[in-house]
Amino acid sequence: MIGLVLRRLAQSVPTLFVVLAGSFLLTRLAPGGPFDLERPLAPAAMENLRRVYGLDQPLPVQFGRYLAALMRGDLGPSFSFRDLTVADLLARALPVSMTLGGLALSLALGLGIGLGSLAALRRGSFLDRAIGFGAALSLSVPSFVVAPLLQIAFGLSLRWLPLSGWEGGSPAHLILPVATLALPHIGAVARLTRASLAEALSAQPVRTMRSLGLPPLRVLRHALRGALLPVIALAGPLAAGLLTGSVVVETIFGLPGVGRYFVEGALNRDYTLVMGTVVLVGVLVVAFNLVADLMAAWADPRLRLGR
Amino acid sequence: MIGDRPLGRLLRDPGALLSLGVLVLITLACLAGPRLTGHTPERSYPDLRQLPPGLAAEPSPERLRAALDRIVYRMRARIEEAAVTDGTLRLVLAADGGVDRRSLVYLPRSDLVGAPRIVDASEGDRRLVVEAPVRRLRFLLGTDVHGRDLLTRSLVAGRVSLLIGLTATLAALLIGVLYGAVSGYLGGVVDALMMRIVDILYALPFVFFVIVLVVVFRPGLGLILVAIAAVEWLDMARIVRGQAQTLRTRDFVRAARALGLGPRAILARHILPNALGPIAVAATLIVPRVILTESFLSFLGLGVQEPQTSWGVLVAEGARAIESAPHMLAAPACFLVATLVALNTLGDRLADALDLRRSRSA
Repeated sequence: MIGLVLRRLAQSVPTLFVVLAGSFLLTRLAPGGPFDLERPLAPAAMENLRRVYGLDQPLPVQFGRYLAALMRGDLGPSFSFRDLTVADLLARALPVSMTLGGLALSLALGLGIGLGSLAALRRGSFLDRAIGFGAALSLSVPSFVVAPLLQIAFGLSLRWLPLSGWEGGSPAHLILPVATLALPHIGAVARLTRASLAEALSAQPVRTMRSLGLPPLRVLRHALRGALLPVIALAGPLAAGLLTGSVVVETIFGLPGVGRYFVEGALNRDYTLVMGTVVLVGVLVVAFNLVADLMAAWADPRLRLGR
Repeated sequence: MIGDRPLGRLLRDPGALLSLGVLVLITLACLAGPRLTGHTPERSYPDLRQLPPGLAAEPSPERLRAALDRIVYRMRARIEEAAVTDGTLRLVLAADGGVDRRSLVYLPRSDLVGAPRIVDASEGDRRLVVEAPVRRLRFLLGTDVHGRDLLTRSLVAGRVSLLIGLTATLAALLIGVLYGAVSGYLGGVVDALMMRIVDILYALPFVFFVIVLVVVFRPGLGLILVAIAAVEWLDMARIVRGQAQTLRTRDFVRAARALGLGPRAILARHILPNALGPIAVAATLIVPRVILTESFLSFLGLGVQEPQTSWGVLVAEGARAIESAPHMLAAPACFLVATLVALNTLGDRLADALDLRRSRSA
C-alpha cells in the first residue's frame, strides 16, 4: 500500500511540472501586459514597475524565482487587486469553492448512486427509463442554462430562494448553486451505477445468493460493493469536473470562489492570479486523483498488487 | 467495418432515428433558415426590442403609436390623429411653427413604416396629413435587446456552433487516431512513453488552460478550435490505442505482417478499418462536448466575439436579460439542448448497435 502511494506520488510530479511550466510560459508569452492601461505609462515608470515585479529578467530566471517563491507558499502579488497577494485572495476564495464542491460531490454521489441502484433493480421498468432519460438530459443541459432557469423558478417566481450572492455561506444561498453544480454529475454517476450494478446483479455469485434465498437488501449490499468500483474511479475526474463547473456557477451566482477569481484574473490579464489559480487547481486535481486511486485500491484488492 | 447488421439495428431504433431527424432538421434550418426568416441577423429594429415570441405581425397598434409619439416629438410636431386602415397609416400632424417637411424622413427611419406621402397640407404646413404603408414584420421567436430577430440569430449562431463542433472533432479525430494507432501498434517503450504523455495531459485542469490560452492570444474562432481540439484528442487516442493493441495480436494482422506488409499499410488497411466502430462512437460523443465547451467559453465572454455569434453567446445574452425577457434565453437554449441531447443519444445508440457496451459503460 505504501509502495502504491509512493508510486502514485512520483507519477504526479511530471504532471505538476507541466502545470507549472505550461501556465508560466503561457502567461509570460502573452501579448499585452498587466500595465497596459488606456493611457500609457511613462517609459521610466513602466521600467520601474517591470523591475519591481521582476519582469525584466530572462524567462528561466523568472521561472526559477517563481518556483522558489512557490515553495515558500508565496504566489506573488496580484496585479489587479491592489495591496493583496494571490495567496490572500485564494485563501479567501478556496473555502467558498470547497464548500460548494464538497456539497455538490456528496449530492452527486448520494443521489446518483441511489437513483442508479433504483434503476438497476427495476430494470426495464418505467422508472428505469425515466431515470435513464433524466440522466441523459442532465448531461446535455449546460449548467449556464440550468442556473438561470433555477433562478427564474425559485428566485423570481416563487421567491423562495435568493437569486445570487454568498452572505457568508448561508444555506439558502447555497441551494441553487450546489444543485446546478451537482446536476450533470448526478446523471453521470446514476448511469455508471446502473450499468455496473445491472451487470453485477446478473453475475453468477449474486444469482447464487439470490437463489439461496438471501434477503434482497443483503444481496444488494454484496453486489453494490463490487459495482461501486467504477464509481469510485470516477470520483477523481468528478471532483476535477466540479472545480471546472464552479467557474460558471460562481460567475452566475456571484460567489467569491476560486473560479470567479480565475475568470476575473483572466479577463484583467492578472498573470499572477491566473497562474496561482491554475497551480492551485492543478494540485487539487492531482490530489483528488491520488485519493480516488487509493480508495479504489482499498476497495479492490487486485489493484493493490502493482498494475 | 460497420456492417449491414449494426447499421440496420441503428436504423430500426426509434431513439436513434429521432435524434438523427432532429440533427438533420437543425442543420438544414441553420443552413437555409436565415434566408427564409425575412430578416438579416444584424438588422435591428430599435422600436421593437425584446418582443416576446408570437405569430402576430409587428408593429402592433400600441407599439406603433408609442413609436410614433417618440418620432413626432423629435419632429417637433404633435399628432392630432393617427389611424391604420388596410395596412396604411394616416397621420395628421400639427405644429405651431409649421411642420418641417424634411423631418418626415424620421418616419421611415424607424423601420416601422414605409416612405411617407403627403396627402394634404393646410395653413402653411401647420397641419399636414401624411400617409405611409405600415410594415408587417414577423418575429416568430421574438427579438433581442437590440430589436434583432431572435430566430435568425439563433440559426446563424447555430452555423458557428455546429461548424466548431464538426471541425474541432475532425481535428481531434485526426490527431487522436494517428497517435493512438501508432502507440498501440508499436507497443513496448514507445507505447509506454506516448501513453505516459497522455496520462500527464489527462490530469491537467484543461478547461483552465483553454481559458488561459484564449485570454493570452485573444478570443477568436481559430483559437477556440485549436484549444478544444487540443483537449479532445486524448480520449480518441486512448480508445484507438486500445483497439490497435488488441487487433495487432490477431491472426489476420500477423499474417499480413508475415506477408511483408509495412507498419503503415497494416495500420491503414487492417487496424483502422476494424477500429472504425469505436472511433465513430467516440467521434459522435466528442461533437456535443466540443459544442458544450465552445458555448461555455462564449458564455464567459471568452469565446466567439461580436459581430459573430454562437449559441453560447446568445444564451449569455439571454441570461443577462432573464428578468425582462425570458424568451431570449429559451430560444437559443432550446436549439443548443436539442442538439446536445440528439448527439448524445445518437452516440449511445450507435454504441448499442455496435454492441460496444460490454467493456465501456461510462
